[in-house]
Amino acid sequence: MRSSLIIVGFFILGSLLGYFGVVPTSFLEGDISFYALGALMFCVGISLGSDPETLKSFKKINPRLLLLPLLTIVGTLVGAAIVGMLLPGRSVVDSMAVGSGLGYYSLSSIFITEFKGAELGTIALLSNISRELLALLLAPLFVKYFGKLAPISAGGATTMDTTLPIIMKFSGKEFMVLSVFHGFVTDLSVPFLVTLFCSI
Amino acid sequence: MLLGIGVGYIFRKKNLSFISKVITVLIWILLFVLGLEVGSNPQIVSNLGKLGVDAILITVGALLGSITLAALLWKFVNKSKVE
Repeated sequence: MRSSLIIVGFFILGSLLGYFGVVPTSFLEGDISFYALGALMFCVGISLGSDPETLKSFKKINPRLLLLPLLTIVGTLVGAAIVGMLLPGRSVVDSMAVGSGLGYYSLSSIFITEFKGAELGTIALLSNISRELLALLLAPLFVKYFGKLAPISAGGATTMDTTLPIIMKFSGKEFMVLSVFHGFVTDLSVPFLVTLFCSI
Repeated sequence: MLLGIGVGYIFRKKNLSFISKVITVLIWILLFVLGLEVGSNPQIVSNLGKLGVDAILITVGALLGSITLAALLWKFVNKSKVE
């Protein structure tokens, strides 16, 4: 939670400095964010590849439940597409690009800003932060009305870190490995899905 | 990213704990730059309310879609256990 607040704090600090014109906008015309993004993807890759133990524990999961990350992605995209159709001034594809952040707000907002500009990037940031918050707050309701898999699906790419404790509390400890697996697969799919929907 | 996975796998026995710190700092920088862009763009600042509403609506759609499918899978898994 603290690290999320710091991240949002950096965004707000940047907004204020930009708003009051403290930092010259010529600073933005360079390719800083592009190189930083490349470096970020490289580091995310390193941290995934260096942890083979996590990968091994996934073999114990009930094979039917392996479908859950796929269903999360499909459900998210269908839901986002329907909202995109109803929203005036937002295209279906833009809405799906935002939805395909799956709660991974730092990465998705950065990517979408790079491809589609700061306006949709801001929507991606707000939308995916609120997904994480709602997944944390509504987990007990999701379990009650949609079953024990719903909080995992709702958490999207956050289910291997920020929302994991809440999922273990309301769905049960036996869902820990599934939750980490779900977070791992959806996490990996975010850069691909976001790039896909930004390039259509 | 795939290149990173390869590098990470090769050096998996080395201490790579500093990588997560690098990731955190890069995310800070990028979000800070995104903030700069948003703050210095008057069109975005004046529309922030509408952007927020759009964002929440997309989230609600995304959540409803994903938990509905999760509920179906949950029913399916439990049914097959009983039989």
